[in-house]
Amino acid sequence: MLKAINISKQFPGVKALDNVCLDFHEGKVNAILGENGAGKSTLLKILSGVYTQFEGDIQLKGHSVWFGSVREAQDAGIAIIHQELNLIPHLSITENLFLGREISNDFGILNSSKMNEETKVVLKRLDLDISPNTLVNKLKIGEQQLVEIAKALLTNAEYIFMDEPTSALSDKEIDNLHRIIGNLKKENKTIVYISHKMDELFRIADYFTVLRDGCTISAGEMASSTEERLVRDMVGRDVNIMAKEGVFTSEEVILKLENLFLKHPTLKGQYLLSDISFELRKGEILGFFGLMGAGRTELLETIFGLNATKSTYTLSVEGEETLVKSPKDAINKGIAFVTEDRKKEGLVLGMDISENISLTQLAGFDLLNAVSESGIAKRFIKSLKIKTPSEKEKCQNLSGGNQQKVVLAKWMVTNPKILFLDEPTRGIDINAKKEIYDLIKEMAKTGLSVVLVSSEIPEILTLSDRILVMADGKINAEFSASEATEDLLLKAAI
Amino acid sequence: MNKELLKKSQSLIGLFILCLVISILSDKFLTGTNLWNVLRQISVNVCISVGMTLVILMAGIDLSVGSILAFSSVICAGLLKYGVALEPFGVHMGFTVLGAVLAALVVGTVFGLLNGWFITKFSVPPFVATLAMLTIARGATMLYSKGIPISNLGSSFEFIGSGWLLGIPVPVWISVIVVVLMIFITKKTSFGRHIYAIGGNEKAAFLSGINVNSVKLKVYGLAGTMAAIGGVLVTSRLNSAQPNAGMSYELDSIAAVVIGGTSLSGGVGSVTGTVIGAIIIGVLNNGLVLLNVSPFWQQVVKGLVILLAVIIDNANKKKD
Repeated sequence: MLKAINISKQFPGVKALDNVCLDFHEGKVNAILGENGAGKSTLLKILSGVYTQFEGDIQLKGHSVWFGSVREAQDAGIAIIHQELNLIPHLSITENLFLGREISNDFGILNSSKMNEETKVVLKRLDLDISPNTLVNKLKIGEQQLVEIAKALLTNAEYIFMDEPTSALSDKEIDNLHRIIGNLKKENKTIVYISHKMDELFRIADYFTVLRDGCTISAGEMASSTEERLVRDMVGRDVNIMAKEGVFTSEEVILKLENLFLKHPTLKGQYLLSDISFELRKGEILGFFGLMGAGRTELLETIFGLNATKSTYTLSVEGEETLVKSPKDAINKGIAFVTEDRKKEGLVLGMDISENISLTQLAGFDLLNAVSESGIAKRFIKSLKIKTPSEKEKCQNLSGGNQQKVVLAKWMVTNPKILFLDEPTRGIDINAKKEIYDLIKEMAKTGLSVVLVSSEIPEILTLSDRILVMADGKINAEFSASEATEDLLLKAAI
Repeated sequence: MNKELLKKSQSLIGLFILCLVISILSDKFLTGTNLWNVLRQISVNVCISVGMTLVILMAGIDLSVGSILAFSSVICAGLLKYGVALEPFGVHMGFTVLGAVLAALVVGTVFGLLNGWFITKFSVPPFVATLAMLTIARGATMLYSKGIPISNLGSSFEFIGSGWLLGIPVPVWISVIVVVLMIFITKKTSFGRHIYAIGGNEKAAFLSGINVNSVKLKVYGLAGTMAAIGGVLVTSRLNSAQPNAGMSYELDSIAAVVIGGTSLSGGVGSVTGTVIGAIIIGVLNNGLVLLNVSPFWQQVVKGLVILLAVIIDNANKKKD
């Protein structure tokens, strides 16, 4: 069995791990819980040979081991499936699976048929019925994840670490993944499962360890714990997410969209979005629920002016018909867009907090004013409780929750009337999540209208005044906050 | 804070050591005449490199600066010497020095804008678009000059490249003005901030409402202007426009940018760094000449210095 004993890791200025002890139970699903910044990824990187400098001891089957490289950890039977998948999109499944360990003869000529055969076998073990020659970029996210698992199986990994494996999956894909994990358990593989989602952990995990601020807080059998206890251990105090109080009454329509069609980028004559119309009222939080690929993100992007040439629709903001051809137009109309992927779309990671916040503000050849810039940043750091040494900290050094708050600040500074939120709490910890929920509710109270896109039903149910459900590029159903339930939403989304 | 300062001044320290070594090895290095000469020589590269810095900060590249320099050079000289004959009106238009210089700058800017237009409008990768412009502008130079140098441009024009003002060579004045202006633009204006943002994360910049295409267009236009300033300086210094002027200048300017610590993947770097990079290259060239090193070795040494600069830079980044 795999054990981590008294592992400590020091970064400049931070102790990322402080005497962490962990047992990974063989043939079981071991969950690691913790807020962002608790030290989960650091631990993962140490166990997988990415970080080679640390204090403490790793024991594998009773022997002390030390991994000098990722390859050494792999050879010892440890495989890691990262949150951001490490597949090469333009290569086939087989080519990806055998990358770096290709089967070839003495002259270096590849033995494709043998590799394809082995790929077929391993795909079958995962109930994945796809040709081994399929290019990875043609696969859905859930399938790509299974390819990663196939890669681990192919190297005969006994310990499979999964870092937030379900953050981008639909419910159906999640069920499938959990079934596969069950099968792997039967083969006596040890799974280490890192996730923020409590309901999921209670479904599949056997053991848990909670980390907080680099220390082990608690560990034990999943069955003997409760959600409240785990959350309290993670956060260090009780967290209550308050339901939205009061019934929403405003009648003033701030945004009205009619007959939106968006052409499919590659398939001629097909539409990604068809005949979408809705109204958003002042101070309302309008939830959009749907499965992956339902077209919710594309809808927000289109209204924000990103698909000007491929779409047709009529848009009125505050009763006035408007044309939005670019993000700049949208911002001028008072629309703000907190995008799904804060690292790729939300922030310039190499810039500091104040520079990122001012990005939406600066136009043309305006002179910069460092004093007011950092003043604004300081104000938001205080009001949004952004954890950072100073406003001059580069965004790449912030945790996910704090990065998300910077993205929010960057848009709040534009004084928007309409705020689009696309998966605003993806991959951030429960504490930051609650703070962001409070913030959204607070802003809505002051008259801001919010369009909230989320794949998390509890999030939609807690925040929304009204919920639209999308499937296959169309609006399928509408619910008021009082009538919506988890079952109803799911049924409408499928 | 001190560490930060040390990192920022690392190329400056490199320059200092370089000067120290050369002045020990040669007694001709630390003389007024020689130092002014070095500064005068590098002023052309400084102007081009400063424009190149903006392009590279934006994660772009401009290979056409050498050819644009040559084209604006022959335009400047041609207008000055022959003017323009407007046949249908039977008018012959002569140009003053100021007129010819401005015309050269306009021509350089237009060619730079063309680069930007291909890149933004047709999504041609910057490497390819400016590679095409490299040969187009060189071809245009040959067509306009018929491949023959245009010489004897008059003493008032010569003043720009060879004259002195308040005890300092005029080209040095010009490059100082360019540098100060560009430092101001990159550090103190929204436009400069947008350049850094686009280099750091183009998509995030676009979604923040920044008109990415317009910024790119302007930056490539500016790079053209800077190349044209270099062209005017070269022409005036030689009192002649050479059709094959500026060959491989793009490489020298990229070298200056890289030695100055600007990342080729964009978002990180500074105009100040580039100026130091250009001075390092200039001093190195000068030192090697003073030490009677063969010109062939000079090229090898220059290449090694580029490698060394990037290796040191990377080592620093890893420590973060």
